[in-house]
Amino acid sequence: MDSKITIRIDGELVKADRGSTIFETAKAAGKRIPGLCNMKGLKPVGACRLCMVEVAGVNRLLPSCTTPAQEGMSVTIHSARLDAYRKQALELLLSERNHVCAVCVSNGHCELQSLATALGVTNVRYGYRYPKLGVDLSHPRYVLDHNRCILCTRCVRVCAEVEGAHVWDIAGRGIHSMLTCEMNRTWGGSRNCTSCGKCVQVCPTGALAEKGFAVEEMVKRTTSVERLAVVRGGSR
Amino acid sequence: MGKKIVIPHITRIEGHGKVSIHLNDAGEVASTQFHVTQVRGFEKFVEGRPYYEMPSITARICGICPISHLLASVKACDAIMAVRIPKTAEMLRELLHCAQIVQSHALSFFHLSSPDLLLGMDSDPRKRNIAGILEKHPDLARDGIALRKFGQLAIERMAGERIHPSWTVPGGVNAPLTVDARDAILSEVNIAKSIIRRAIKLFVSIIDRFEAEIDSFGNEPTMYAGLVSAAGDLRLYDGILRFRDPAAGGTVVDVEDPLDYSTYIGEGVLPHSYLKAPYFKPRGFPEGNYRVGPLARLNVAERCGTPEADEELAEYRQRLGRDVQSSFFYHYARLIEAMYGVERMEQLLNHPRILDTHVRARADVNALEGAGIAEAPRGVLIHHYKVNESGAMTWANLIIATGHNNLAMNRAVDQVAKRFVRGQRIEEGMLNRVQAVVRAFDPCLSCSTHALGQAPLVIELFGQRGEALDRVSTDCD
Repeated sequence: MDSKITIRIDGELVKADRGSTIFETAKAAGKRIPGLCNMKGLKPVGACRLCMVEVAGVNRLLPSCTTPAQEGMSVTIHSARLDAYRKQALELLLSERNHVCAVCVSNGHCELQSLATALGVTNVRYGYRYPKLGVDLSHPRYVLDHNRCILCTRCVRVCAEVEGAHVWDIAGRGIHSMLTCEMNRTWGGSRNCTSCGKCVQVCPTGALAEKGFAVEEMVKRTTSVERLAVVRGGSR
Repeated sequence: MGKKIVIPHITRIEGHGKVSIHLNDAGEVASTQFHVTQVRGFEKFVEGRPYYEMPSITARICGICPISHLLASVKACDAIMAVRIPKTAEMLRELLHCAQIVQSHALSFFHLSSPDLLLGMDSDPRKRNIAGILEKHPDLARDGIALRKFGQLAIERMAGERIHPSWTVPGGVNAPLTVDARDAILSEVNIAKSIIRRAIKLFVSIIDRFEAEIDSFGNEPTMYAGLVSAAGDLRLYDGILRFRDPAAGGTVVDVEDPLDYSTYIGEGVLPHSYLKAPYFKPRGFPEGNYRVGPLARLNVAERCGTPEADEELAEYRQRLGRDVQSSFFYHYARLIEAMYGVERMEQLLNHPRILDTHVRARADVNALEGAGIAEAPRGVLIHHYKVNESGAMTWANLIIATGHNNLAMNRAVDQVAKRFVRGQRIEEGMLNRVQAVVRAFDPCLSCSTHALGQAPLVIELFGQRGEALDRVSTDCD
């Protein structure tokens, strides 16, 4: 069987590796689909719903990071409808917790923030929930701020799949979902955490950060999983 | 029947303030109240946050003097980390602070108060603003704008942003000063000095017109508080907190450890205001009334410590005495301090170590409590934090400069109202004087900027049973 297949993206014919996802195919062809949870080298989960695309013949939107490209598929990755849905998804993310860019360690280096800028999210149409969420400062080197977490699960996956420690998980359901450390331990009380800092580096927002960094100072290194695989400790 | 006059919006100040004037049956002022009508809640909602986020969070208290909050906050954080920051970092912080003092003093004098001083307290309120100054005294208005720009640009050149920069961090600053920034700021120093010289000359030339105001604008004995060096020089970034009482012959106490502030400063609560009223504890409430800010600082310090400011200070004292009592002279003191700020910037920029690259100390939590005291443009600013062993904030107390002056402002409003307000006939100029005395303190009531010319002035007269008797409204000023 030929290892290459051909699909259409926004009307243009594109060659793809058999078994690759729509997201990967588009990226290889130089076409950018927005996304916050997907990361090369980690298993895709389709959590953020920002990479949704239209596939001809399918009457619902599909997450491009978890949908394999198939021979003859015709995919629309940019349309007014998709832009509207993506903006809506971002606004929901922003309204869900307390994202206060001005005082955030990741201000200026935040994927959520830059995507909002790119998609033209100038205001949030939904009422902010302003949940009262804690900050876990118990780890000697890192800090978890639930207020800034978008539940993308990159940290969960990099810890389980790359570091092999599986410190993180998601607890609760729906709007009550929360990142949790080893069956609800504090991060400082974790028995498996190797303090490698991979979770901090892959976090797209300021939810996971190195301690002691002042506002705007936390620059993440999310270049590749190969690089991350050897990350040990902080970036100072 | 007694009446009550309410000035619901004091104009040309930062934030929301209100004044109530109660009249007796004869139409004379019986009592007054100066209210601050907003609550912010910073001390409470920072609980649980990492201590090192405090500088950027508390800087949001104010858009005019975020640098003061940044500095008081990073100093409190330094104390929690128990580090001694590099000498160059200390100088850079002071440099940034001086630039801010200059821009804030320029705003207060030229933009907010010069309309009262140059156009007159009784002038047409529609023109009594910076636009009116531009029309009548265009050179002065341009000077004011240029001086503020000098300070703001210096901040931007050092810290990257004019408002809420992230340059100052616990342990120092996050980047050294560049040669280009140093040279650019130095190239403008002389222009800034000449603007201040002109402003001082102008102020001195108009003093005689304000005899009645000088006599009644908070012209009562109080104590004064401000930062000084061990030798008694004026200090803005760091120093010993000195309380001075002219009536008691001079210095009452020197507070060397910032954490000891609570031994001497108590915080009273006034039933009619959200602003607390700090007082000097050993004298009790409200007898322990003291003032902070430019007037107080110049009273507390023996000298400024820079040549031209010291010359001006000598003339100021020759005219007004060693301890200047009338709050009207806050304006004069502010201009002398602006000169000090520019001269101090020049000294620091020419310091051989100002370009050193070691500008940050790093440490974790080494103390569970820390306080930082700096001189904001409006006076002593205290940030006091407590954290747990992980560095999460458990408690915060902030004493903002304007707060220290609360009791003094209340008394000053009372004094001015009793002198100028007669209830039988309300004239706009009378009530403007009540507001002007508040303006003299340059209070930062919300610690946030307000657009000029937006707040309508509404004066309402109430009878003893609360019925509206009269209403005067202006849509300008």
